[in-house]
Amino acid sequence: MDKKIVGYADEISVAPGERIRFMVSCEPEISRYRAEFVRLLSGDTQPDGPGYRDEPLPGAAIGEHAGRRQAVHAGAFGIVPHHRVFEGLESLSLQVTVYPTLPEARRACVLSKTDPAAGAGFALWCDPREGMVLALGDGDGGMRELATGRPLIAKEWYLVQATCDAESGEVRISQRLLESYARDTSTGSARTRLEGEVALSCDAPLLVAAHSRERSRRGRPIPELVFNGRVERPVVASRRLDEAELETLRYGPLPAALRPALCVALDFSREIDSDDIVDISPNRVHGELVNLPIRAVRGSSWTGEEMNFRHAPEHYAAVHFLEDALYDCEWESDFELVVPEGTRSGFYAAKLTSGDQEDHIPFFVRPPRGRASAPLVLIAPTASYMAYANWRSSMENEHGELDYNHLAEIFPEDRYLNLRPELGNSMYDHHADGTGVCYSSRLRPILNFRPKHGSLWQLSADMHLVDWLESNDIAYDVLTDEDMHADGVECLRRYRCVMTCTHPEYYSTPMWNALYAYTQGGGRLMYLGGNGFYWRVAFRDDKPGAMEMRRAEDGSRSWIAEPGEYYMAFTGELGGMWWRCGGAPQYLVGNGFVAQGFDFSSYYRRNSDSFDPRAAFVFEGVGPEELIGNFGLIGGGAAGIELDAFNRHYGTPPHALNLASSEKHTDSYLHVNEDVGHMYLPIGGLDDPAVRADMVFFETPNGGAVFSTGSIGWCSALFHRRYDNNVSRITRNVLDRFLDAAPFDDGGG
Amino acid sequence: MPSHYPVDASRTDLAREFKANPFGPHRPELQRVVTRLRWCEVPGRHVLVTRVPHREWVLGRLSGRRGVDVELLEDQVFTSRAEAEWAVFKLRWQAVTGKTLDID
Repeated sequence: MDKKIVGYADEISVAPGERIRFMVSCEPEISRYRAEFVRLLSGDTQPDGPGYRDEPLPGAAIGEHAGRRQAVHAGAFGIVPHHRVFEGLESLSLQVTVYPTLPEARRACVLSKTDPAAGAGFALWCDPREGMVLALGDGDGGMRELATGRPLIAKEWYLVQATCDAESGEVRISQRLLESYARDTSTGSARTRLEGEVALSCDAPLLVAAHSRERSRRGRPIPELVFNGRVERPVVASRRLDEAELETLRYGPLPAALRPALCVALDFSREIDSDDIVDISPNRVHGELVNLPIRAVRGSSWTGEEMNFRHAPEHYAAVHFLEDALYDCEWESDFELVVPEGTRSGFYAAKLTSGDQEDHIPFFVRPPRGRASAPLVLIAPTASYMAYANWRSSMENEHGELDYNHLAEIFPEDRYLNLRPELGNSMYDHHADGTGVCYSSRLRPILNFRPKHGSLWQLSADMHLVDWLESNDIAYDVLTDEDMHADGVECLRRYRCVMTCTHPEYYSTPMWNALYAYTQGGGRLMYLGGNGFYWRVAFRDDKPGAMEMRRAEDGSRSWIAEPGEYYMAFTGELGGMWWRCGGAPQYLVGNGFVAQGFDFSSYYRRNSDSFDPRAAFVFEGVGPEELIGNFGLIGGGAAGIELDAFNRHYGTPPHALNLASSEKHTDSYLHVNEDVGHMYLPIGGLDDPAVRADMVFFETPNGGAVFSTGSIGWCSALFHRRYDNNVSRITRNVLDRFLDAAPFDDGGG
Repeated sequence: MPSHYPVDASRTDLAREFKANPFGPHRPELQRVVTRLRWCEVPGRHVLVTRVPHREWVLGRLSGRRGVDVELLEDQVFTSRAEAEWAVFKLRWQAVTGKTLDID
C-alpha cells in the first residue's frame, strides 16, 4: 500500500512543559486525518514478534486536521541578496572556477541574477552540449546566449570568464581546463558583437549554483537546474575586465585598482564552519548557503600539502553544490503538543491515521530538566537514526543483495522515498552526482524512522528493547544523543545505569566525552548493541537538527571521503572512525566492530572468564554449557548483524573479562576491512576466528562498570518465550546489579 | 559490473539444492553460483515488493533511477519468500546461461 501521509517534528527530545510542532503533508486524496499522541511500547509486527503496542499520552488532545500537500524544495545553492551595486549595470565581467560533477546530465546554472519574466539580468550555465553559456537579458522576456560550444569534462577544474562591454558591444566567454592534458579539446572561447539591447540589471538576488523563477512561502527563491559540482570565487564586476585583470582576482586579496569595478567577490574559504558566504569586495554583500552544500572541500589550488582546511583555508576555497541536498523542508506546522506535566519519559509518536493510512512521527520525552525520574536511562541513538535517515540502499545499492544473500524486500516506505528524491539522503547514500552524503538532517520526513518499519534496523529494532523494559515493568527515563551532546555528563550522572540501544554507531565528541566521564565517575553502562561508537560526527549549535560526518581514511563504509576532506566543516575536527581519532570503542566499552553479515545470526558460548567470581552475577541461573541466545527475531540468534570483539591492542582495558563469544557465523559475515592490512581469502565467518561477538565486562574507577554484548541482534532475542530465556536473564541480572548502589571493586581498596 | 564467475548450465543438481534450501547457508560450490546470480546491476534487478506485510509480495524490477517507480510484475505474486527466491533463481539462471531450468 502506498504511503499517503508523512510528517516530521521540529524537535527530537522534549521535556514536560515544552512545545513540539508537527509538520505533515498528505496526498490529495487524504482530506482529513486524525492525530493522536502515543507512548510507543513495542513495534515488531512480524508473526513471531511481540507486535505493535502503544498507549495514549495522558492529557494530550486528539486532533482532526485537514490534509494538505506541502512541497519540498531540495537543492543546495547560495544566495547573495540584491544590492544597489547591481543596479544600472551596462557592462559586466564574470569569473568563476568550476568543477562540474554531472555536466553530461542536463543544463545547470552556475551563477544567476535574473528576472526571467522581464528578460533581465545575467547567468552562467553549464550545458551538456554547448559547454559554458553566458546568458544576458534582452529586456523583452528573453535571454541572449553565447556559448563556448565545448562540453566540460566531469571532475575537472575550469576557469570560466565572461564579459559584456556596452561601449564596444563585444561579448566574450571562455572556459579553460586548469589541468594540462595532452589532446584536450574542452578549453574554448567564443565572442560576438551585440545586436540589440541587453538588460543586465534586475532586483533578483544573485544565486550561486541555481536558477529560480519562483519564491517559496518564506520568500526564498526556489532553486531549479541546480549545478552539481564545486564552485570557487565567483566574481561579478560592473565593467569589462581584461584577462590580466581577471587573473589577479582568482586568489588572495583583491587588487586596490580593481575594487571600484567589483560588485561582489565571494571567498568561500572564509567562515567555512557556517552557512555564511563572504563578499570580500568593498561592498560587503555577504550571502548565505541553503540546504547544506558541502564545505571544507578541496578547491582548485589544493596541492596535497595540507589536509586540514583550517591550516590552509585558501586550499579549500570551493563549495560543493548538489541538486538533491536538503536541510529543512520548512513546512508549515499542522499541530503541536505542549508535553503535559507529569508525562513519563519514553519513546513517543504523533500517530496519524486516515482510513487505512497511518504514519508515526516519533519523538522522545525526557524527564523534567535537571531531574531523573528513574535510576535507569535509555539513550535513544538519535545521531544514528539521523545517519540512516532515508536510507535508499534497498533500491540503489549495487551489492545489496549480496550482503543479505536473499532478494531485497521493498517496503512501501522505500518506494515512496524512491519516487521523491527531494526528501534527501542518508549518510549511506550518494548524491545524484555520486558524491558521498556527509550531512543529514531530521527536519524532513524520515521514512525509516518509524516503529513498525519492516526492516528491523535502528528505531524499529530498538523497539525490542523498549518492549522488554515495558513488559518487565522496569522504570526508565529516555535521553537522546542530542541531549547528551548538549548537556554532557551532567545529564547522565543522575542515573545509576545508562543503557544503549542496538546500534549506537554515531557519536560526537561531546557525547563520547559524556559517556566516558560517566563510566569513569562510577557510572554503570550497559551497551546492548553492536558496532557502537564507531563514527565521529559533528553538530552545529546554529544548525539544529543537522549532523556532519566524513567517511575518512578507514572503516567499513558505503562511500569513501575524498583525499584532503577528512576534517569536518562544522567543527574542524578530524572525522571518520573513532578508533582513528583516539577513542576506539574497545577503550570505551571493551569491544569494537569486527565483522558484519546479514543472513543468519548465531549464539554465544561462555568463555573461562565467565566463571570468574567478578562476573558471577551476570550468569546467575545460566548453566556453564548453555548456549546463549540461540534464538532471536533478527536472523534467529542473539549474536548477529554487526559484531564487536574484545581487543587489547585497540584499547580493551587490561582487566576486562571476555565472558562469552559467538561462534559458527556464516561466510556472509566478513571481517571488517580496517582490521585487514593485506588482503587474504578467508575473511568470512566459516574460517576467520576474528568473526565473532565478545561479551565483555569490566569495572571502572569509582565503583562503576561496563557490560557490553557486542551484537546488534542481542535485543531481538529478549522476547523469546515471553522473555523467559537466557538473553533476557543475563540482561536482567546485569541491570539489577548495575542498579545496586554497592560499588564495584575497582581495586582501589 | 556483474561477477564473471561462469555458471555451468549442466549443474542442475546445484539448482535443485538451492530450491530445497533457498536461504542457505549453501555449500561453497552452490554459493558461488548464487553469488553470480545475485550480482546484477541495479536497473532491472528483481526485488520483492511488500504487498501485505510479512504475508504477500509481488515481484518487481528496479528502475535504477530515482523518481522512477519499481516495475511490478503483477502475475508473479508470492505468499512465501522461498517460492519467490526459487522463481527468481530460475529467471536469472536462464538469463545467465541461456538455458531454461526444467525443474518445477
